[in-house]
Amino acid sequence: MPETEATAVLTDPVCGMEVDAGQARRLSYDGREVFFCSEQCEAKFRADPSRYLKAKPTRPPKHPLSATSGVRPDQKGVQRIQLSIVGMHCPKCPPAIEKALLETPGIASARVNPGTERATIDYDPAQIDLAGIAAVIKRGGFSMGVATERIGLKNLFCDSCVQVSEKALKRTPGVLDARVNPTAAEVTVDYVPSETSLDAIRAAIKSAGYDPAETGTDEPVDREQKQREQEYRSLMLKFWVSLAISVPVILFSYPPLFGLTGLVPPGSSVQRLVWAGMGVLTLPILLWAGSQFFVGAWGALRNHSANMQTLIAMGISAAWLYSTVVVLAPSVFPAGTAADVFYDVTAVVTALVLLGLALELRAKTRTNEALRKLIGLQAKTARVIRDGQEVEIPVEEVLVDEVIVVRPGEKIPVDGEVTEGSSAVDESMVTGESIPVEKHPGDEVIGATINGTGLLRFRATKVGKDTMLSQIIRMVREAQSSKAPIQRVVDSVAAYFVPAVLILAILGFMIWFTWGPPPAVVYALIVFVTVLIIACPCALGLATPTSLIVGVGKGAENGILIKNGQALETAQKLDAIVLDKTGTITVGKPSLTDVIASGEFSEEEVLSFAASVEQASEHPLATAIVEGARERSLSLKEPTDFNALPGRGVEATIAGHQVLLGNLKLMEERAVPLGDLSKQAETLAEEGKTPMYVALDGQPAGIVAVADTLKEDSVAAIRGLKSLGLEVVMITGDNRHTAEAIGRKVGIDRVLAEVLPEDKAHQVQMLQLEGKMVVMVGDGINDAPALAQADIGMAIGTGTDVAIEASDITLVRGSLRSVATAIELSKATMRNIRQNLFGAFIYNSLGLPIAAGVLYPFFGILLSPIIAAAAMAASSVTVVSNANRLRGWRPRATEGG
Amino acid sequence: MEPIVSKLIVDLLGAAAVAGIVWFFWFSKPKGVAAAAGASGLQEALIVVKGGYHPDVIVVKAGKPVRLNFLRRETSACSEMVLFPDFDKSATLPTDETVPIEFTPTKPGEYGFQCQMGMLRGKLLVE
Repeated sequence: MPETEATAVLTDPVCGMEVDAGQARRLSYDGREVFFCSEQCEAKFRADPSRYLKAKPTRPPKHPLSATSGVRPDQKGVQRIQLSIVGMHCPKCPPAIEKALLETPGIASARVNPGTERATIDYDPAQIDLAGIAAVIKRGGFSMGVATERIGLKNLFCDSCVQVSEKALKRTPGVLDARVNPTAAEVTVDYVPSETSLDAIRAAIKSAGYDPAETGTDEPVDREQKQREQEYRSLMLKFWVSLAISVPVILFSYPPLFGLTGLVPPGSSVQRLVWAGMGVLTLPILLWAGSQFFVGAWGALRNHSANMQTLIAMGISAAWLYSTVVVLAPSVFPAGTAADVFYDVTAVVTALVLLGLALELRAKTRTNEALRKLIGLQAKTARVIRDGQEVEIPVEEVLVDEVIVVRPGEKIPVDGEVTEGSSAVDESMVTGESIPVEKHPGDEVIGATINGTGLLRFRATKVGKDTMLSQIIRMVREAQSSKAPIQRVVDSVAAYFVPAVLILAILGFMIWFTWGPPPAVVYALIVFVTVLIIACPCALGLATPTSLIVGVGKGAENGILIKNGQALETAQKLDAIVLDKTGTITVGKPSLTDVIASGEFSEEEVLSFAASVEQASEHPLATAIVEGARERSLSLKEPTDFNALPGRGVEATIAGHQVLLGNLKLMEERAVPLGDLSKQAETLAEEGKTPMYVALDGQPAGIVAVADTLKEDSVAAIRGLKSLGLEVVMITGDNRHTAEAIGRKVGIDRVLAEVLPEDKAHQVQMLQLEGKMVVMVGDGINDAPALAQADIGMAIGTGTDVAIEASDITLVRGSLRSVATAIELSKATMRNIRQNLFGAFIYNSLGLPIAAGVLYPFFGILLSPIIAAAAMAASSVTVVSNANRLRGWRPRATEGG
Repeated sequence: MEPIVSKLIVDLLGAAAVAGIVWFFWFSKPKGVAAAAGASGLQEALIVVKGGYHPDVIVVKAGKPVRLNFLRRETSACSEMVLFPDFDKSATLPTDETVPIEFTPTKPGEYGFQCQMGMLRGKLLVE
C-alpha cells in the first residue's frame, strides 16, 4: 500500500495508530520521514526498522473488521441480527421491547419471540450500532445475553496503542465494548455470543495489528485432553512412588517369604521397630498419594452420599489404623491376636487403585477419538477472492457470499455452492461415503471435505458455527452426554450400592469377629477391608456412558448422526420400517428413462425434437428430457412459437416442423393416429413412468418417458433391511398401480399407496397400533410429522438443521444402506453396553460374597485385600477396554451392497 | 476383657454403625439451597465440584431462567463433565474454571444432575 505515504494521514508504523504530524515524534529513516505516537514505539522502530516498514503493507486494509459478522462490509443498508434477551418473564415484555426498539431511529423492524427469548432486529448500521441497540434494551429494563472475555495482548507497546485496539474491537460487529488494560497487557471484551465468537474477536485483534495470547482459548476438547494428560501424569507419579514404598513394606510384611525371619524374629522388639518404620513409610502414601480418596470421600459425605473414593479411603485407612494400634498399643488386643500389621495393604492397594485409575483414564481418552478427529477436520485457512485477488486468510474470517478458490487436493474450507469448475470431492470424512462425489456449478460443497483433481470456485453459504461440520460436532457432543434409558437401572442401583457395601463390610467384620477362627480380629479386619476394596461402583457407572461415546462417535464417522442415547437404544428394537418413496427409495427428481421411435424416425430424432421443444419450459419433466438429450450429446434447435397447453402438453415449431409433445388427450384432440404406440405408453405407465407422445406435423413420431429413478443401491439396501428381520413398508402418494410396480421392483411387499402427505403420520400410527416399533425414513422436510410419530424418525441424505431437529437419527449420506448401518450400529452398541453391565454386575455380585468369606467354610479360601484391589482396578479398565472394542466396528450391510 | 464381652461390644457397635449408615445415606437428606434471583429474574447459583456438588440440592422457581455456575476444584477425571439429562444440557468442566449452564425449567418437579458416570449427583428442585 505505498500510496499511504503520500497522503496526509500519518501512521505510526509500529502500533498502527494514526498520529498528528504536529505532535508526533518523527525520525528520518532511509530518506523518508517516519512518525511515532510515543517514545516506546520509536525505540521499537529503531531496534528493527525493516520489520515495521515491511510489515505495514501486509495488513489487509479493507476487510479486517468485518471478519466477525459473516456479512460483507460492502453490503450496505439494513442488516439483520438476532439477540438473546435476558429477563423477559411477563406476557407484556415482548411488545414493550419491540416498542422501545421501533421508536429508536435506525431500527427498521423488531420482532421478539418470547418462546426462544430472541429478538430479530433489522437496523441500519450507519445510524445505530449494536451498542446503541443494547442501550435501548437495557433502558427497557432487560439485558442482552452478553459474554465477557479477557484476552491477553502480546505486543502492546505503548499506552496510546490502547485506543487503536479498543477502536478496532468496538467497530467489530457483535462487540459491545472493549477495554484495554495496558498494565496487564490484556483486553476485556463484552460481546454478543450469537453475533460473534471468540475466534472472530481474536481475528479482529490480529487484523488490527496485535497478537492475542493463546492462553485459555483452546478448543474444549484440547483442553480436556491436556487436563487428562496432566491427571494421568500425576496418577502415574503417585503410583510409582507408592510402588517404590511398597517394595520394602512387602519385604518386611512377609519375612518368611523372603528369608528375612532371622532379621526380624516374630514378637521381638526389632520386629516392632520395623513395623513402626513401615507405618511411617506408608504415611505419605496415605496422606499424599491417597489424599484424593479422602478428598472425594469427604465431598461425598457432605452430600450424604458415598462413592468409590469412600470405599477406598475407608479400606486403606482401616488397615493403617489397625496396624498402628498394634504397633503403639499391642495390649489393646488379647495376647496372640495382635500378631500382624497390614501396612502392605495400605501401600499396595493404593498403588494398584491409582494404576487402575490411570489406565482407565488412558482408555477413556481413546473412546472419543471420533470426536477429536471431527474437530481436527476443520480447515485452517481459505483462499478467497477479495478485490479481484486471491488472498489466503484464516477460515474464521471467511464471510458469507464470498467466493473461495479451492485447488486440486486442497480442503474445502466452509460450506458453499459451486459457481465455477467441476471436480470430484472426497466427502468420506463427513458422510462416510468412500466414493468421491462429482461437483458441478450449482452443487453444494461441504466444508472440511477434500477437493479431488479439478479447480473449484464456490460461494460460501455457511461459515463458522453454522457449517455442517460444526453442527455435526455439536450434535455428537450432545448425544454423547445424553443418557440411554438402560442407564436408569444403573442409576437406581447406584444410589444404594456404596452404602450397601459399607453395611456388608461391617456385617462381615461382625460375623468374623464373633464366630470366626482365631485370631478373629485379624480375619475380621481382612474381610472388612477386602469387601470395601473389591466393590467396584466405577465399573457399573462406566458401563453405559463409555459405550455410548464410542457408538455415537462411530456413527458420526459413518455419516450417521444419532440425536441421543434414547434414539440409539430404541433403534435396536425396531420391527417395521416405513420408507417414504420419493427421495428415499428414489432419487427424488425425474429423469429420462425411455425413448421409443415410431415409423421412419430414429430414437435420436424423437428425443431431439422433444428436448428442443422442452428447452423453453421450466417444468421438472421438461428439465429431465433436456438433461437426457444432453447426456446423449444431441444437438438441440431453438424452438419458436412455443405454447404451453395446460393439462395436455406443449407445442412449438422446430426448423419449420410443428412439434407436439404431450399426453393422450392432446394427441386425440389433434387427431394424431397413435397406432400401437398407445399400448407401449400404457406399459410404461404401468411401470410407474410418465410417457409423453411426440408428434411431428400431425404424424406420430414416438414416445419419451420420464420417471423418478431408483437410487442405485436401494434394492440391495432393502434386502439388507429385510435380513435384519424388519418388515419393510413403502409409503407414497402415487396411485396403487404405480406404487405396487415400484414395490415389486425393489422387493417391498407391503405398499401404502395414495397416501396424502398429511396422512403419513396417521399411517405410521396405524402400524404402531399393530404393536410394532416403527422407524420412518424420509427426507425430513415434507414428512416431519411422520418422522415425529414414528418410534424412530430418520432423515436421509441431509445435514440441514430442520432435518436434524425433526429426526432422531440423521443420515448424512443419501443411500438407504445407511439405514441398515444405523440399526446395526445401534445393535452393536447396545450389545456392548449389555456386556459391560452384565460384567460389572456379575463381578460385583460374585466378588463381594467371596471377599466376605463365604468360600472360607467350604474351601478355606479368603481373598487378600491386595488381590481385591487388583481385581477392582482390572474390572473398570476392562469395561472401558470393552467399550473401546466398538471402535473397530465396521458396517456389515454396506459392504456387500 | 472377656472375649464374650468384647464380641458383644463389637457387635453392638457394628449394629449401630449399620443403622447409622442407613439413616445417614438414605433417610437424612440435606436441605436445598435456593438460587439467588437477580434483578433481571435470572436465578443464579455457584456449585463447587469437589468430590461432589456443593450445594447438591438447588431450589429454583419454575418459568424463570436459571444459570448454574459450576466451579470444579479437583483434577479427578470423574467429575470432568456435568449432565442435566432432563434438559439435554451438558458441559465439560475444566479445573478451576467457572462454567455456566443456562436453561429455563418450565415444569415444577425434581430434576437430577450428575457426572457422566453418575457417581456424583445433585438435584434441582423446581417449585
